[in-house]
Amino acid sequence: MQFQFSSFADFLAMDGHGIYVWISFAVTFIALAAMALYPRLARRHLQRELLNQQRIEQRRRKVKAQRTVVQENA
Amino acid sequence: MLLALRKRADIANPLLFFVTVLALLPLGVGPEPDLLAKMAPGMIWVMALLATMLSQESLFRGDFEDGTLEQLALLPQPLYFAVLAKSLVHWIATGLPLALLSPLLALMLNLPTEGYFCLFVSLFLGTASLSLIGAIGAALTVALRRPGLLLALIVMPLYVPVLIFGTGAVQAAIDGYAYSAQLAILAALLAAAAALAPLAAAGAIRISLDN
Amino acid sequence: MAWQWFHRLGSPRWFYQKTSGWLPWLALVSIVLLAAGTVWGLGFAPEDAKQGNSYRIIFIHVPAAFLALAGYYIMAISGAIGLIWKMKLSFAVMRAAAPIGAVLTFISLFTGAVWGKPTWGTYWVWDARITSMLILLFLYIGVMALSQAVSREQVADKASALLALVGTVNIPIIYKSVDWWFTLHQPATIRLTESSSIDPSMFYPLLIMIIGFYCLYAWTLLTHTRTLLLRREIRTQWAQQELAGEN
Repeated sequence: MQFQFSSFADFLAMDGHGIYVWISFAVTFIALAAMALYPRLARRHLQRELLNQQRIEQRRRKVKAQRTVVQENA
Repeated sequence: MLLALRKRADIANPLLFFVTVLALLPLGVGPEPDLLAKMAPGMIWVMALLATMLSQESLFRGDFEDGTLEQLALLPQPLYFAVLAKSLVHWIATGLPLALLSPLLALMLNLPTEGYFCLFVSLFLGTASLSLIGAIGAALTVALRRPGLLLALIVMPLYVPVLIFGTGAVQAAIDGYAYSAQLAILAALLAAAAALAPLAAAGAIRISLDN
Repeated sequence: MAWQWFHRLGSPRWFYQKTSGWLPWLALVSIVLLAAGTVWGLGFAPEDAKQGNSYRIIFIHVPAAFLALAGYYIMAISGAIGLIWKMKLSFAVMRAAAPIGAVLTFISLFTGAVWGKPTWGTYWVWDARITSMLILLFLYIGVMALSQAVSREQVADKASALLALVGTVNIPIIYKSVDWWFTLHQPATIRLTESSSIDPSMFYPLLIMIIGFYCLYAWTLLTHTRTLLLRREIRTQWAQQELAGEN
């Protein structure tokens, strides 16, 4: 087994077929990477959503607590 | 079920659509008889397919909205037969007139006379399969507010075999070959669709009713 | 006793925690295999006598096409399991499999078209395989669109599972009919299938790529499913803990 091309330029050109080969590989790997990394983005989105929700709930609880305090004072 | 047929005021719409688009076709591609004759089987079939699909949207709609569908699902008889009857009615209202009308359109598009009988038979068998297959899509999307494009997306891939064998049969007839094999396959597709499609559609209706 | 694992499978939490250990390994293996296969295939595999260097696209085209088809069956089968045993997890797998399969189908179509240009002189032929793959893409998109259009998750799950199953019945029919149609319309001079006796020096990198794609598929399917599960179970404590714990 040996490297099939005599120079790096040859490797890129692939006897004129280089553009087809490289475009296919590039598109494939971009698509695969996007597919593989999408869950990470989605998870981050979920985390943010969850934090927001918790914050809202906390604030609501706080307001409620204050209200009861006010009522008790009155 | 017969009531559904009587109630249907839009029975003419798919037919009119079919005829209108086919009349537009020569305006688009030019009136050369040879070209038209070559495209005729494919165009007639594609238009029949579109006409069937467009009318399919309302297949279960009315029954869904007034609650009849729910009652049908609650009946002791299997939903299978209700769906089968519905599809049959749909076919009588769209596919059958299309098939009956097809020789006239073939004439307009300059289809060679050898193809007439075959076109009629293939449409007769094929549109029935289309009605049955389309019922699955209609059942899946019945609970949605605007199912039009989604229905097309779901149903189109499933229509492919029918389309291929339908046009194939007509093409073979025009070229002077035996076309009974294609028609036999169309009939087989119809038999399979009649056995399986209402089953799937009945399942889909039950799912949609959960909504 | 024997069914215990099966019941456990129904629990999203059990699945989530069980699979988290596998993920890094799967990712590592798939990346190593894909990298090795790519370098081997691009640089070291010998040139094809007939097609020259353009045949090197085979190293991604064939694995992608394999998995596009296998992915459809995975989607349909998990949908069927969901419909029969009403399992939350299998619906999640089905929903996750749809976009992944669509991407793989797209890859195989795209690489096929690009490969076709230097080999046959045209990007697109209405060949049986190509046309079936195109229809497969439409089926995937249909399942995705349907699952997105239905607002209630449970209904969307069942509806898209049913559609996936209907598609499964249709795939062989579609393939056969397109095959038949193709032989009618075109002289069968163009053969997409390579001659089955492929040289070992080309076959080994191809095999590596296929295994690599399988691993990558498993990995992505798992991560997609896990994220989907988290989204659905976001009200439960375990999901919130998982989200808070990891980064």
